[in-house]
Amino acid sequence: MSCDQCHEREAVVHLTQIVNEQVTTVHLCERCAAEKGVEGAGLPAKTPLGDFLAAIGKGQLGVPTGTVELTQCATCGATLQDFRESGRLGCADCYRTFEAQMRDLLRRVHGSTHHVGERYTRRGSEPVSISRAQEDLREQLRLAVETENFELAAELRDRLRVLE
Amino acid sequence: MIDLTLLADGGLGWLDASGPESHLVLSTRIRLARNLAGRVFVGRNSESERESVLQDVEAAARDTVLLRHAARFRLDRLDLVERHLLHERHLVSRELAGLGPEARTRSGAALLVQDRVGVMLNEEDHLRLQALQSGFALEAAYADLDRVDTELGQRLAFAFHPEFGYLTSCPTNVGTGLRASVLIHLPGLVLTKEISKVLQGLSQVGLTFRGLYGEGSEVVGNFFQLSNQTTLGQTESELLDHLGKVVRQVMDYEEQARQVLLRNAPAIIEDKVWRAYGLLSYARALSFDEAMNLLSGVRLGVGVGLIPGVSIYTLNKLLIHAQPAHLAAAEGLPLDDPELPLHRAHLVRRTLEADVGRRG
Repeated sequence: MSCDQCHEREAVVHLTQIVNEQVTTVHLCERCAAEKGVEGAGLPAKTPLGDFLAAIGKGQLGVPTGTVELTQCATCGATLQDFRESGRLGCADCYRTFEAQMRDLLRRVHGSTHHVGERYTRRGSEPVSISRAQEDLREQLRLAVETENFELAAELRDRLRVLE
Repeated sequence: MIDLTLLADGGLGWLDASGPESHLVLSTRIRLARNLAGRVFVGRNSESERESVLQDVEAAARDTVLLRHAARFRLDRLDLVERHLLHERHLVSRELAGLGPEARTRSGAALLVQDRVGVMLNEEDHLRLQALQSGFALEAAYADLDRVDTELGQRLAFAFHPEFGYLTSCPTNVGTGLRASVLIHLPGLVLTKEISKVLQGLSQVGLTFRGLYGEGSEVVGNFFQLSNQTTLGQTESELLDHLGKVVRQVMDYEEQARQVLLRNAPAIIEDKVWRAYGLLSYARALSFDEAMNLLSGVRLGVGVGLIPGVSIYTLNKLLIHAQPAHLAAAEGLPLDDPELPLHRAHLVRRTLEADVGRRG
């Protein structure tokens, strides 16, 4: 794919921006991206979502480059690259698969990661409980320690404390 | 042709100008984004999965009070004019109607609608529950919507995360999944050039604005849709209260702007609104944009008491029926027929004459 700016060199920076929920993608080569004041990773974004989308997979969120790009959601097969292109997730489990990135995104977009509105309970079924959330967190903490992702582990530990 | 008589009021109850503040606010709309648990979201699922979503939601809806007798429209089986028509009635989004850049409908795209509530199916999310009310009526709209949400939520399993709340295809809707919009007419702020300040101010308080048809649409006839930007970290009532307070404030600014215009430039304003009325009453061809702008002028004239004898309801009706697909459907013409402006002028002229005649 050629650069949207110079139409000559190969585009290496792909920036999806969501402005008023309209998704636009800009493809730029390294030089044009640099001319626009971009140093290495990501373009200066106009929206929090654009900023985030530009940053994911570039090693800016404490996750090694490459791993993030290749991680696939086990349920729907979506990757962060898919999300970056479409601005949409593939399924509910994507929120779990890409939890660290989503948490970061939600904080930027909404200023919060905690739903405080109505809690969903289905008649005749168990309400989605705090203990389930704790179990999930413990499992993620175990994985984070195993993969030596200590930054994430520390955050998970703090969140477990809040729930406990 | 689709049969809109299936709908009690043709799906137009929301514009009868019976709601609060209807001289300024055309309608209040709230939607809730919901997805079914254990199913892949719409952007990544297959045709058969979308069909299955449709069947399950329809079965659940038949078991509810508020959607039991819902009229059903399969957008994927309607022709272009019909899809435009539903979109012009503000019953479906551009995306559901397949009017976006790709200009095709997704299989399984459907609408259920009964009175002032409805569900868009297989839009960006599996379900988009929606409620529409005439005038400025956030509480009434939410009361209906909350009931539909509860009724359907008991019969279906929604995707919900203990921390993030309702899970949506786009993370900008996660949490409550709630987007409330108030469609408001602000000609005073536009004429006094105060509008950009007001719109900029909105983004500083977590709100946003769109045009007449919502997402991605242009501002036409000085109509603005004001809505909340974020959906997570606040309760439903906090989101609605905040929007409600800001809308009240914007309404105050609009009223002040109108007073300034009447005080500082009475002759200019009087000329402007009567000129608009004159053109609408006598023109033989009207483009959609021109008609909308002139209707905005007359609406202002009626609002400040300069033009007697024209009802807001009549102006609301014209706003809908002078749109391209409505005219095309009424006249049996294609959407791009070059004679539509003639038919539009005729419709507007006759409607205004009838209104004035009725009032003597």
